[in-house]
Amino acid sequence: MSENVLAEIKNLRTYFHLAEGVVRAVDGVDLVIKSGRTLGVVGESGCGKSITALSLMQLVPPPGRIEEGEITYYRNVRATPSSNVADAINISKLKPNSRQMRSIRGNQISMVFQEPMAAMLPVRTVGSQIIEAITLHQNVSQEEARTRAIDMLARVRLPNPDRIIDNYPFQLSGGMRQRAVIAMALSCNPNLLIADEPTTALDVTTEARILDLMRDLQQEYDMAIMFITHNLGVIAEMADEVAVMYMGKVVEQTDVQSIFFDAKHPYTQALLKSIPQLDDVMSRTGERKRLQTIKGMVPDPYTVLPGCPFHPRCPEYIPDTCNRVVPEVIEVEPGHIVRCHLYASDIPVAQASEDMTL
Amino acid sequence: MTDRIDTYSETQVKTESQDQQPLLEIGSLKKWFPIQRGLLRREVGNVKAVDDVSFYVNEGETLGLVGESGCGKTTTGRCILKAIPPTSGDIWFEDPEMGRVNVTELQHQELVQVRRNMRMIFQDPYASLNPRMSLLDIVGAPLKAMGIARGKDLEERVAHMLELVGLRPEYMRRYPHAFSGGQRQRIGLARALAPHPKFLVCDEPVSALDVSVQAQILNLLQELQEEMGLTYLFVAHDMSVVAHISDRVAVMYVGKMVETAATQELFQAPRHPYTEALMSAIPRPDPTPREKRILLTGEVANPANPPTGCYFHPRCNYVKDICKHEEPVYEEITPKHYVKCHRAAELSLTGMTSLA
Ligand SMILES: Nc1ncnc2c1ncn2[C@@H]1O[C@H](COP(=O)(O)OP(=O)(O)O)[C@@H](O)[C@H]1O
Ligand SMILES: Nc1ncnc2c1ncn2[C@@H]1O[C@H](COP(=O)(O)OP(=O)(O)O)[C@@H](O)[C@H]1O
Ligand SMILES: [Mg+2]
Ligand SMILES: [Mg+2]
Repeated sequence: MSENVLAEIKNLRTYFHLAEGVVRAVDGVDLVIKSGRTLGVVGESGCGKSITALSLMQLVPPPGRIEEGEITYYRNVRATPSSNVADAINISKLKPNSRQMRSIRGNQISMVFQEPMAAMLPVRTVGSQIIEAITLHQNVSQEEARTRAIDMLARVRLPNPDRIIDNYPFQLSGGMRQRAVIAMALSCNPNLLIADEPTTALDVTTEARILDLMRDLQQEYDMAIMFITHNLGVIAEMADEVAVMYMGKVVEQTDVQSIFFDAKHPYTQALLKSIPQLDDVMSRTGERKRLQTIKGMVPDPYTVLPGCPFHPRCPEYIPDTCNRVVPEVIEVEPGHIVRCHLYASDIPVAQASEDMTL
Repeated sequence: MTDRIDTYSETQVKTESQDQQPLLEIGSLKKWFPIQRGLLRREVGNVKAVDDVSFYVNEGETLGLVGESGCGKTTTGRCILKAIPPTSGDIWFEDPEMGRVNVTELQHQELVQVRRNMRMIFQDPYASLNPRMSLLDIVGAPLKAMGIARGKDLEERVAHMLELVGLRPEYMRRYPHAFSGGQRQRIGLARALAPHPKFLVCDEPVSALDVSVQAQILNLLQELQEEMGLTYLFVAHDMSVVAHISDRVAVMYVGKMVETAATQELFQAPRHPYTEALMSAIPRPDPTPREKRILLTGEVANPANPPTGCYFHPRCNYVKDICKHEEPVYEEITPKHYVKCHRAAELSLTGMTSLA
C-alpha cells in the first residue's frame, strides 16, 4: 500500500450565513487522505463531518460557502509512484459546476450517503442510474455500460444482478439498496470514496456485511476511503487513520491504534469512556457500572467560543488559557497531532496579569 | 421453584427476585396485522409482527429486547400497554392497586388505571412531543387525565418531575423546540414517570442520541430505576447499550422470541445461531484484529410470508433437514436460559470473548 497523499485539506472554513447568525460548520480543518488508505472521521452530530466531505466534492448546499482554505487533490497519484506536483488540482478554487469539477466528482471522487434513497431516484430503475453514471464519465456504449453495471452489482455481492438491474430502488431492502449505491459509486473506479455514515441506518448484521464488502472492494480497487461515522466501533473496524472533530475543528488525528490506546485530547478520551463497553459488561460482577459522561452539552451552532471550543466541558480545563487562547496544532508524536494546550511545551497565557493580588 | 439449583447465579445480578412472581408475564402473545388488497379491502394475508411470544420481567430488573428492525420489538411493547390490541395472548401484570390483571382483558377505566403503573418512552424525542404544548402541559397531561392532580398541586408535581430528570423547573412554561435531543428525551421520561409507575417500556430511548448524551440518559435511567424501584423492558438494536443496561436479554427474530438468558450468559454462551451471528456482528471499539466474523447471508424473512420450519433456517450456518420442516419449540435448556432451536443442545457456539 502506498503512503502517497491523495488529497489534502488545509485550513478549510465552510460557513452558513443565516438570518440567525453564522454557522461555522467547518472552522479551520486540516486533513490528509492517503492513497489506498481509510481515513475515519468521527465526532458527534453537527460537528461538521458531512460539510467537510461536501466541501471536498464542491457540493456544499447554499447558503453554505467555502470561505477559506485549500483542498488539493493529486489526480494521478495512483499512476505514478511519487506525487506529481503538476497534477495537483486545487478543488477549493473550482466552480461547483465547472467541467473539471464534474469530471472529478462521481468519477475520481465519489460519495455514498447514509440514506441510500438519497442517491437514487425512486422513479428510475437501479440499472438505468448506474448506466448513466458510467456513460457520463466514460466513453462506452449502452450495452457495454449495462454489462459493466451488472458486473458491479455482482461485485457488491447482490444476488441475481441481471434481475436486480431492472428493479426499482423501493423493491430492494435497505442493505441491498446500500449495495446498489456502492456499486454506482464504484462504477467509475474512483481514487477516493467518501462514505458518509453508510451503515448508520442499517441493522448490525447488514452493517457487518457492508463493512466487510467495503474492505474487500478497497483492496480490489486500491482506493482511498474517507469514512465518516459517529460510531467508534465502526471506526475501529474500518480506519487506518482517525480524525476526531468537535465544533467544526479536527481536535486530534493519528493512526487508529493510537486513537484507541493513546488518545491525547480530553474530548477523544471522554468520548471513548462514554460508550458502553462489552468488555466491562463481560467482567461485571454485581453492581452495574455507570458510564462516564461529558458535562454540559454541545453549544448551539451559532456559538463562537473564545479559545478552545471544548473548554466549557473539558475536565482538564486550564483557566485563563483554554478560554482565551486558540490552541495550535501540536505534533505530540510523529504523525499524532492534537489541538490542546495540555501538550504545549510552554502553556501560553492570554495576558500576563499585572495585578498580582487578583 | 425455590429449590431449583441455579448454576449461573454468579452471573446474575438479582438472584433474590428470580423466584418471585414476575411483575409482568407475557403468554403466547400474537399481533397480526391484516394485509388488505383491492377496492373491497379483502384480507389477503397477515403480517405476523409478533407471533407466539412468551417471556417474563421480574420486579426491579431490566429486560433488554433486541433484534433487527421489523422483528416486532415495538409491536410487543405497544401490545403490553394495550396501545394496540393484541390478536391473542395474555399479558399478566402485578398491579399494586388492582392485583394480578390480564391487561388484554381490561376495558376503559381499568385500562386507564393500569396505565398509571405501566408506561412507555419512545425513540424519537422530537416526534413524540406535541410542539404546541408547554412542558407543564406535556408532563402534567397524564396526571390530569388520570385525575391524579390539578392546579397548584399539578404544577408542583411537574416541577418535581422535571427536577428528577435533570431539567430546571423554571423551564415549565417553555415548549419542546427550545430543547436539545437529550433534553427532550428527559421531558419524555418526566411525562412517563409522572404518575409514579412500576414498569416502563423504553422503546429505543437512546438510539437517536449522540454517545455523550446517550451516556447521560442511560445513567439517568439507572439512577431512577434504583430510586423509584422501576422495572424496565428496554428495547434497542444496539447490543452494547442493551448489554450495559440489562440484567437479562431477549432476542427476537421475525416475530418470534429465539433466545432469552441472563446478560453475561447470553453474550458469552449464546445457544441460538442467530444470537451468535448478532454478537459476531457488533462493531467493537477496539482496533485489535479479531477472528473472522460470522456473516449472515440472505435477507431477513418477510413476516407476511415467513419460511417453513424455523424462520431462521435459510440463513443459518448450522441448518439440518428438520429445521426446514418443523418449527422448533421455545424451551428452557438450562435454568432461565430459553432457546428456540432444534440443535441448541448439540451445538457449541461462539460467544463474546473479552478482548482484554
Ligand atoms: N444546509 C444547511 N443549512 C444551515 N446549516 C447547516 C446546513 N447543513 C449543515 N449545517 C450546519 O453545519 C453544522 C455541521 O453540519 P454537518 O457537517 O452536517 O454535521 P455532521 O455531519 O458532523 O453531523 C451543523 O451545525 C449544521 O446545523
Ligand atoms: N400498524 C401496522 N400495520 C401493518 N404492519 C405493521 C404495523 N406496525 C408494524 N407493522 C409491521 O410489523 C413488523 C414489526 O414491526 P415493529 O414492531 O415496528 O418492529 P421493530 O420495532 O422490531 O423494528 C414489521 O414488519 C412492520 O412492518
Ligand atoms: Mg452528517
Ligand atoms: Mg421499533
